[in-house]
Order: sequence, then structure tokens, then C-alpha cells
Amino acid sequence: MALTASSPTHASPDVTAVPLFKDLSGKVILLDFWASWCQPCRQSFPWMGDLQRRYGPQGLIVIAVNLDRDRQLAERFLEQTPAEFRVEYDSQAALATEFEVAAMPMSFLIDRQGRVRNRHAGFRAAQRAERESIIAQILKE
Amino acid sequence: MLVMAAALLAGGCTTVKPWERDLHARPDMQPSTLDGAIDDHIYFSKEASSGGRGFGGGGCGCN
Repeated sequence: MALTASSPTHASPDVTAVPLFKDLSGKVILLDFWASWCQPCRQSFPWMGDLQRRYGPQGLIVIAVNLDRDRQLAERFLEQTPAEFRVEYDSQAALATEFEVAAMPMSFLIDRQGRVRNRHAGFRAAQRAERESIIAQILKE
Repeated sequence: MLVMAAALLAGGCTTVKPWERDLHARPDMQPSTLDGAIDDHIYFSKEASSGGRGFGGGGCGCN
């Protein structure tokens, strides 16, 4: 399920005010929210690592934000499923609330001007190509 | 899932955030009376439905 940023039911958070994005001006950010118990999240990690590797030179930054309240659960997950991208922690779900995370995982594609251009709930292998196409398009702008 | 739905019905409708998986630890998820919850549990089991009228979306994503 992909929700466009123009959806009237979704307010865009002020990305420029998020400390997480400090010094990332001009980058395209794939902001992903995940948790240790979420199986589709586990399946999404290799794909996100691949995206970071292939599109990093063009300015893509993948940031995966963990929402586990118990950090040990997240660390155990990462031992089993390493992340080849930046991982941050939001155990109080402050950022998740600001972005109105509606499912797990959920990702937000933020363009070089700090605008949320795409929201995607869940992870399906069959949707990878379409999602990658959108990322590539935003990177070219 | 059905037990959770029954607990929700017994305790009233509660909005559950998608990232709150450890639901059983929440005080408002504990059944205060079992009769109605058990009845609903049986109903939902027989109906083979997902139950949980007050279930506020969330859970894991699409796969």
C-alpha cells in the first residue's frame, strides 16, 4: 500500500526540525520504522541494504528506526539480520507518532528539499521494483 | 489474536499503536470479566472471523 504525500489525511511533519536529519540536507532519505517482532521488517532489511549500496553514491540515505522498547530485542534482531545502513532508536515512539506510522514496517521517502513524497506500509517482495523506481525517480530530480 | 480481541471487548475499545506488540503486559488488556469475553471468543471462533471491533489497525505489515 502506497499513500501519496498529497493525501489530505496526512500532515507532513516538519522534516527540517527533526534532529535525526541534521546534516542530511540535499539527500534523499528512506526513513523506515521497524521492530524486532516484525517478520516483514526482517525481510525488508536485505532489500534496503541493497538500495543503500547501489543508490548511496547518488545521495540516498537509508535510516531504519527501531521502535522496540527493549533495546536488547533490537540488538538480537540485528545480530541475526545485520543492517547495512544507518539504524536509529525511537523507543518512546516520538518520531513514529510524528510521522503517523500506521503499520509495521512503514517507510517514508523524503526528497532533497525535505518533503515527504511517498509513504509505504508493509513489505512485499513483489512491490520492490515499483518502489525502487520511485526512489530512482526522486534521486534524479 | 482471538484472545486479544476478546480481552479488548471485555476492557472496552482501546486504540493500539502498530508498534505496541507486547499487548499482554498492558493493564487495560487484562480481562476484568470473562463471561462476555468467552462468549465473544466462541462466537468469533465459530464465525472464523478476525473479531476485535475496537481493534485500532496496526499489527504487522503486509506480506
